[in-house]
Amino acid sequence: MQATFRLYALVLLIMSAGIGLILYKHLALGFPLLPDEKKLVWIVEAKIDFIAHGDPINVSFALPPKNPDITFLNEDFASPDYGFSKLELKEGRRAQWSKRIADGPQTSFYRLSIYKNDRMAAIHATDNPHELVEPEFDEVLQTAATALLNQARSKSADTETFTRELIKSLNSESPTQNQSLLINNQSSADEKTSLLVSLLAMEGISARIVSGLYLEGGRRRQSLANFIEVHDGTQWLLFNQDTGNSGLPDNFLIWQRGGQSLLDVVGGTNSRVSFSIIENVQSSRDLVLGDSQDEQAGGIIDFSIYSLPIEQQNAFKMILLLPIGALVVVIMRLLVGIRTSGTFMPILIALALIETTLVAGIIMFLIVVSAGLLIRSYLSYLNLLLVARISAVIIVVITIMASISIISHKLGLSQALTVTFFPLIILAWTIERMSILWEEDGPKEVFIQGAGSLITAIVAYLFMTNHIIEYLSFNFPELMLVNLAFILILGQYTGYRFTELYRFKSLEQQNVSDKS
Amino acid sequence: MFLISPKKLRKVGIIGMNQRNFGLVARYNPRRLYPLVDDKLKTKLLAQKAGIAVPKLLGTLLYQHDVRKLEKLLTAYDEFVIKPVKGSGGKGILVISRREHNLYFKPGGDMLSLMEIKRHVSNILSGLHSLGGKPDTVMIESLIKLDPVFSDYSYEGVPDLRVIVLQGYPLMAMLRLATHASDGKANLHQGAVGVGIDIGTGNALHAVQFGKPAQRHPDTRKVFTELAIPHWDKLLSLAAACYEMTGLGYLGVDIVLDRDQGPMIIELNARPGLSIQIANNAGLIPRVKTIEALKNIDPDPESRVNFSKKYFSANPSLQAAPHTEHARSNNLALQ
Repeated sequence: MQATFRLYALVLLIMSAGIGLILYKHLALGFPLLPDEKKLVWIVEAKIDFIAHGDPINVSFALPPKNPDITFLNEDFASPDYGFSKLELKEGRRAQWSKRIADGPQTSFYRLSIYKNDRMAAIHATDNPHELVEPEFDEVLQTAATALLNQARSKSADTETFTRELIKSLNSESPTQNQSLLINNQSSADEKTSLLVSLLAMEGISARIVSGLYLEGGRRRQSLANFIEVHDGTQWLLFNQDTGNSGLPDNFLIWQRGGQSLLDVVGGTNSRVSFSIIENVQSSRDLVLGDSQDEQAGGIIDFSIYSLPIEQQNAFKMILLLPIGALVVVIMRLLVGIRTSGTFMPILIALALIETTLVAGIIMFLIVVSAGLLIRSYLSYLNLLLVARISAVIIVVITIMASISIISHKLGLSQALTVTFFPLIILAWTIERMSILWEEDGPKEVFIQGAGSLITAIVAYLFMTNHIIEYLSFNFPELMLVNLAFILILGQYTGYRFTELYRFKSLEQQNVSDKS
Repeated sequence: MFLISPKKLRKVGIIGMNQRNFGLVARYNPRRLYPLVDDKLKTKLLAQKAGIAVPKLLGTLLYQHDVRKLEKLLTAYDEFVIKPVKGSGGKGILVISRREHNLYFKPGGDMLSLMEIKRHVSNILSGLHSLGGKPDTVMIESLIKLDPVFSDYSYEGVPDLRVIVLQGYPLMAMLRLATHASDGKANLHQGAVGVGIDIGTGNALHAVQFGKPAQRHPDTRKVFTELAIPHWDKLLSLAAACYEMTGLGYLGVDIVLDRDQGPMIIELNARPGLSIQIANNAGLIPRVKTIEALKNIDPDPESRVNFSKKYFSANPSLQAAPHTEHARSNNLALQ
């Protein structure tokens, strides 16, 4: 009892440790649970052009703020012969290029690759608003503005609804006189934004410009779109200034908040920024790995298989599949009751099958083993000692393999060249064991055990080559703990094996009435 | 239907392979005692010391170079059995029942030269028949003479009796008869007949071949119901005494009946198989439970045999529920 309890406690511990680690990697580090999850990666490129006139140049460019819902994969700054620095100011991040003397057209690049992670939902900005500045309108506009504000106020309940009403009425398709007075004067997007900010300031609401990029693949020469952010007393709410919709739209990268300039060029003229966007698809696992390499999330990953060189990683890909094969063998033997020749030989066959592909592998396995058995039966007449005989069988197996390879190569069947992936010594032992089994227990037993081994190997192969299992076993080695827990539980299974239901079939007629 | 329902099996009280390994072998047989039964030479010496009858040991061969001594060793005998000391499941056993000059004959009539016997011995020594291919020892012992009672039931060789002994109490017994189909081997998988023997009387109960009930021996056509094992009490005592001899709680004791010397132990098995349940057409679980419910194990093999004969007899009139049967055992291994 004690032992059983201890085992189940252990199983529970191992199982929860395994599942816990998997969940942590999935939820906190963003490892996707399924291999097909691809993430869109956007590469945003800002191109800054200006004309220099031989004076010292100082270019200051606003960089997008880091948001928790967007992961920055990579930031590149390119500008030949310019001094460069990245500044973290209170107003936001800025890039600064500088040069003593420059002449003619100049170009600087800023390239950013980002993807949206699922780690956190976008959160509202919560920084405190600046003090309000009372806008100054001339008398006519003042009256129109007041009327508009009154109208919006009467239709709304709080800051959020007020802002929405105000934006809607400004964008109305059949503008009233008041609206057209304000909007006609102010037609560009920037001006509309500053009008909104002013109108909201008149109402005593802090508002600011938010500019950003719609992330759509294949766009060139984009410019920033304006949004408006309104402080409702506790946090900032984002509004589309053309529709009045609130909230951050999908695939929108906030570049800048507040009224600071996007680009300042000292010493140059005709400065211009244009954005282009490329869409890219990458597997999210790669992103998580890339992400962790220079970020703090890498604590676990640093001490995981991913820290190994690629070559060793590939070896582990194979090794980590072995527990799956072991589980299959345990199930086949304990639950189904299939007899195999050699406990774990099926796993080795399955590993070989992975290299050779299923059908070709099985055919080659059968050819090698039956040819080996044939020659082995002759060897048994030669009166050899065991070690010498097995060594002879090894050489025979090599010869058979070589013949298969050469003949198939001449026939143009490249598939058969993979015969070398079968573990030589295992094959030799299999042949030896089968041959003894044949002599002692007859061919029937050889077929039972041989077929049992092959069936188990095929089932193991199917599991080990399953795309999802392959992905999971490599990316979540913690799964081994779960696997271990299952094997420990199966080790306690005392019920009947499936084949025993056939074996004890004759007891069907047994009359149990006198016993119960 | 090709399958029996697990529910029915449980009702009959059949022990499956997993349960045998977990509830009986792992539970009653400490690993360190395995060598006593896996090594037949050790078993034989142990049995001789304990005064338990075994076939006479004629000689042993330890190393490859001992093979040269074989000829000299064998000159004195016309019939003998060559066995690997660590063989399992009857593998590697060579029975020679007749000799003419330099030619040796198996019971089936196959002829072997001394050379072939030497090769067989050499194979055993190099570990062909031992578990894991480890180097082995060869043991040569005297041939058992067939008891006349079996002459109508034996196709080739000497039938052996398998008795399952739990903590010294014989639980179930089965006679294994080689047939033509099993190639003279007493292996049920290969077509030997298993005859369930009533623990209470030593009479045949039920017989199976290839998992199906059989009424007659397939080769001699003799009806099994007439079969009764002689020296039954002595045979059971012998089996029961193996518990003290080895300390193993779950044992398969293989016994042969010699025409002149009566029952003799030829082999012990710490992992006896489950076919005995098919041959007896009965499950082991009720009997295991009866033993597990006992408060203490009787130290005397004879009285243990009497207990078994009383409670495990197939004849219902003799059967009475032991007092302890209702005492709830705290052994949940078989629940």
